[in-house]
Amino acid sequence: MSQPRNQMMNYIREEIMPHRFCPGCGCGTVLNVFTNAIDNLKLDPVKMVCVSGIGCSAWIPSPYFKSDTLHTTHGRPIAFATGVKVMRPDLKVVVIAGDGDVSGIGGNHLIHAARRNIDLSVFMVNNMIYGMTGGQVAPTTPTGVKTSTTPHLNIEPPFQVAELVAAAGASYVARWTTYHVFRLIKAMEEAITKQGFSFIEIVSQCPDNYGRRIGLRTGVEFLKMFKKQAIPIDKARELPEEKLEGRIIVGKLRDRERPEYTSELHRVTKEQVDKIKAEQEKIS
Amino acid sequence: MQAGSKMTENKPKSNWVIEINENLCKGCEICIEFCPFTIFGKSDKLNRKGYYLPVVLIENKCNGCRLCELLCPEIAIVLTEE
Repeated sequence: MSQPRNQMMNYIREEIMPHRFCPGCGCGTVLNVFTNAIDNLKLDPVKMVCVSGIGCSAWIPSPYFKSDTLHTTHGRPIAFATGVKVMRPDLKVVVIAGDGDVSGIGGNHLIHAARRNIDLSVFMVNNMIYGMTGGQVAPTTPTGVKTSTTPHLNIEPPFQVAELVAAAGASYVARWTTYHVFRLIKAMEEAITKQGFSFIEIVSQCPDNYGRRIGLRTGVEFLKMFKKQAIPIDKARELPEEKLEGRIIVGKLRDRERPEYTSELHRVTKEQVDKIKAEQEKIS
Repeated sequence: MQAGSKMTENKPKSNWVIEINENLCKGCEICIEFCPFTIFGKSDKLNRKGYYLPVVLIENKCNGCRLCELLCPEIAIVLTEE
């Protein structure tokens, strides 16, 4: 019996569907939303490069998204993507990776890419744990959660990655959850078209490896929690800090214009080459 | 005001058809929970992989907001306008 086919399957390697994510996993929603954003922008996937690292979230572009993909070593997707962008500034380079990849192991690459303001779109899927390897503590795990490497309690405060990247100098920074799908599509469109480093933290659910440790065993319970805990950034600014404990601040954190790295680099290189040529002509 | 009423008169009431790809669905029940009109329900029907599939209970109530289609982690819901 032939099954109905979603139009977004045009952007997905259909022969390997259904994907390997757990039932109710947020990574599938991110894949869905990402294909919708690409469809709205009418971008040709052939003119895109998707870079990912290691982890569940790194599986979103590679192997499922039908563009050129680079599946790189753990924590290094932004380093690889920087290389791609410098050599081929005409391509749209998108990094989709997990919180362990981008903020944990590759944390330095993230802040330096933001400081350089290189034209990359980084979508960090934050499921608050190292899910693929069995639920080890991540830099984004909230305080007081029992994980397999913190069996008593996690005593470390979590990283506020979106605020960190905004402070490091990125052009566009936003945070949404997998519940806010329409806002997320719009944010992804803005991030991809923005010149400069654009970063979206997507707070996502992991029902299997994180949810069972905090008592949220299904994707539905997670999405209800996101709906309840999310607070728009305009409202959050008016509230005192103690009232924001445990809330997820969503919205556009930063949208500004700054000189972009690759265009500046090519401009400086061209100037130097012209200078040397002029000097050589003078000598001869 | 007049223009607005004219627009609503001229706009034909579109009929949305919801279909679910049984090969892709993993029975996470997100569509059942988050549809604003609670159109979906849980069925007794198992798919090939052993997941309980959702079923469309009241189809003519759908206004085509596409929330189920976008929230679906499996890209299994197909919404078409007739």
